[in-house]
Amino acid sequence: MYEQFKARAEGVGAEVYRFKDRDGALGFILPFLHEEGGADAPRSCAVWAESPFLEGLDREPLREVAGIRFEVSRETAADARIGITQAEWALADTGSLVQDQTAVEQRLASSLTDIHIALVPTGNILPDKSALLSRINPKTSRYIAFITGPSRTADIERVLTIGVHGPERLVIVCVDDMGGAAR
Amino acid sequence: MKKEFRESIGQAVGNATLTGALGKFSEAYKVNRAKAYEGIDFEALRDTIAERKSHAAANLELLADTFAKNAEALGAKVFRTNDPEKVKEYILKVAQDNGVKSVVKSKSMATEEIHLNAFLEKAGIAVGETDLGEWIIQLAGQKPSHMVMPAIHMTKEEVADLFSKEVDERLENDIPRLVKVARRELRAKFLAADMGISGANIAVAETGSLVLVTNEGNARLVTTLPRVHVALVGIEKLVERFDDIVPILTALPRSATAQLLTSYVSIISGPTPTTDGPLKELHIILMDNRRSEMAGDPKFKQALQCIRCGSCLNVCPIFRLVGGHVFGSIYTGGIGTILTAWFEELHNSEDIQGLCIQCGNCKEICPGKLDIPEMIMEIRRRLVMEKGQPLAQKAIFGIVNNRSLFHGMLRAASIAGKPFNSGGFIRHLPLFLSDLTDGRSLPAIAAKPFRDRFPAIQQPADCRETAVFFAGCLIDFAYPEMGEALVKILNKAGIRVLFPEAQTCCGAPARYSGAYEVAAGNAVDNIKALLVEGANYVVSACPTCTVALAHEFGDTLESLGQREWLARAKELAEKTVDFSTLAKRLVDAGRLTLKEGRQLGALTYHDSCHLKRTLRAVEPPRELLRGAGYEIKEMFECDMCCGMGGSYSLKLPELSAPILRRKLHNIKETGAPVVAMDCPGCVMQIKGGFDQDRADVKVKHTVELLAEQLES
Repeated sequence: MYEQFKARAEGVGAEVYRFKDRDGALGFILPFLHEEGGADAPRSCAVWAESPFLEGLDREPLREVAGIRFEVSRETAADARIGITQAEWALADTGSLVQDQTAVEQRLASSLTDIHIALVPTGNILPDKSALLSRINPKTSRYIAFITGPSRTADIERVLTIGVHGPERLVIVCVDDMGGAAR
Repeated sequence: MKKEFRESIGQAVGNATLTGALGKFSEAYKVNRAKAYEGIDFEALRDTIAERKSHAAANLELLADTFAKNAEALGAKVFRTNDPEKVKEYILKVAQDNGVKSVVKSKSMATEEIHLNAFLEKAGIAVGETDLGEWIIQLAGQKPSHMVMPAIHMTKEEVADLFSKEVDERLENDIPRLVKVARRELRAKFLAADMGISGANIAVAETGSLVLVTNEGNARLVTTLPRVHVALVGIEKLVERFDDIVPILTALPRSATAQLLTSYVSIISGPTPTTDGPLKELHIILMDNRRSEMAGDPKFKQALQCIRCGSCLNVCPIFRLVGGHVFGSIYTGGIGTILTAWFEELHNSEDIQGLCIQCGNCKEICPGKLDIPEMIMEIRRRLVMEKGQPLAQKAIFGIVNNRSLFHGMLRAASIAGKPFNSGGFIRHLPLFLSDLTDGRSLPAIAAKPFRDRFPAIQQPADCRETAVFFAGCLIDFAYPEMGEALVKILNKAGIRVLFPEAQTCCGAPARYSGAYEVAAGNAVDNIKALLVEGANYVVSACPTCTVALAHEFGDTLESLGQREWLARAKELAEKTVDFSTLAKRLVDAGRLTLKEGRQLGALTYHDSCHLKRTLRAVEPPRELLRGAGYEIKEMFECDMCCGMGGSYSLKLPELSAPILRRKLHNIKETGAPVVAMDCPGCVMQIKGGFDQDRADVKVKHTVELLAEQLES
């Protein structure tokens, strides 16, 4: 399932990585932030929205990484280059992520930034939309977001161009053992 | 047809940017769409969509109630109205109550339908379109030309000019740079806006949810950043259950842009939290604007199965030449013609309905299973009922409805036409008569029609079956040799051919012009003539005639309430078969034998619209020709209309001509010296085209090619 998801997600321009556990994922994310943020960047490096990944994690060392903010507001998100959120599900047939974005922080961090890093438990990759539907409930999840690749347009001369109103890069980090609170 | 309309067609066809962009897109679309649907049973998928959407359309009132109840339970305010004016007043009031100064919008055709922008702007509220294409259109002061790609008619140079003016800085024609400029400019508008207005692709009654599909991500910002969200939803977007969104989301992106899924799908159920503390204010307006009335109309209720993917535009040979602006209204193309007739007024569709060539491409690919050509035909019929027929047309059909007068004039034309006969070309016959009335030069008509040649044909005495041959005007009076070839072939299979002299025009020209009374007269005359006792088949070598006999007589009579002929129309329909399908059956049954081991060289095959899409005979002619010894080299877009379209080639030559040019080009590209087809109308059009083109390509009806290759 992972292989199909990865192929489909990469087919629409997402970048897909897989790690065993949270440490593995952090070992990828922190250097990534460093590289993309730059020490003297005028803008904050990243906003990181609350997620099971962060639960129980010692955030103090993370705060020392240049410019990570855990307070996500319109202002911080609009100012950030990178947004990190966690998606609950992924769909193998279309390479999509599915996230309960009822909390506005999730939407801001994933829609206003240039780069969206999305964490997803590898075990939550489902075959397709039909398999997903019984697992989500619109009555409790007021804003369900499907995200498939980066923002794109072809409105000028039908030329595919990446990154219009949403992120121009979607970096998907699959984590086999997410730790934190089980969902 | 109004003069301004004709001029707008001329301008569109002359606009190389537009026709180039649309042509390239539609060619690529076909390939990409097929790829996007790989592994998916499209027929099953669209059956599901048609079933769910028609169920919703039949229960609009109940679904709207359920939706309102469920959305309100979540905290949304739901407003329902049939009246576009009330929609505008409501939105303005919400804006005023909330002190709204600026609005950002994410594509909502329903707001275009009621001209909301101008209304809000008049009240002093700034309205910003946020979809890149829509914003370009807004800056240019134009209307969208395509449902999914609103600015497809513009070049990057034009966009660069527009943006340069907007940001007061000279920008280059680099598309990624221009997109960046749009991102920057619109970001500020998003962050500053007090109200977001969106549409919805789907509204789910069971959960009160709105589903929004975008690629750019603007809908996410419009529904997240401003304090107030207003969603304007046409009630045709309602579905009953939450899982009804699955088939629609499966088909919509694949059919619209050949994507597996758009970048973003948002499902919003009730007001959502904001950063400013309280829940967002969410207003959902369910707008009717004649949709319920449409749902109650037996001919048009299927239009509510539309999921607005725009694929009917993408495959339309006319749309790719003229684009959307010729349609002069909000909704364009085939579906647009239908929506215009309803959401505006019937007579507003008077000119644009004439653009439809009735090729059926759109019907073939529609994920909602709409029969768009049939609905456009119905518009035509209702226009004729409402306003009567144009006088000249009336005169022509008066003649066509009187067989002896009609045939007498054709005979006269064969004599009168001789001096003008160049290369043996004629026009479609009922329109040849219109030529007469216009005083144009007369086309060529065979010196001796098939009906006069038939009695002299020697048929074997020991035939075990009989077939009634319906010649159709074109074979009877222009291509009698096709009829002779057919008799020869059927005789070889042990079938005796009968030719009832009382047969007359199949009525298709009248029906396609909306003159159903005339078509019904033709139908009755032919039913009387063709139902010969003991005959095994009624066979025609013209797909349009075959469709008339096999599918349309009953429908025409029924729509006029002439039920007394229905049983016999059905009997005729059951006996009717097109030539290639019958010949293939006879070959399979061992009753016809093609000469063995022939190597006749390359040939390409042109699929005629009615044969492929109504009669579904794609393989029989190919297998017959292959069996005869031809190597078939398939041409690009082999099933794209040749531009003949019955009377179309005469009524709209400025559109028919470029369609024909494209067809000739595709035929020549195969390098085959022969092109075969099963429709005498297509033969006439393509032969005529090659006559001017001077290319050395033989244009033949399958029946002629086969007659040469039979074992004696």
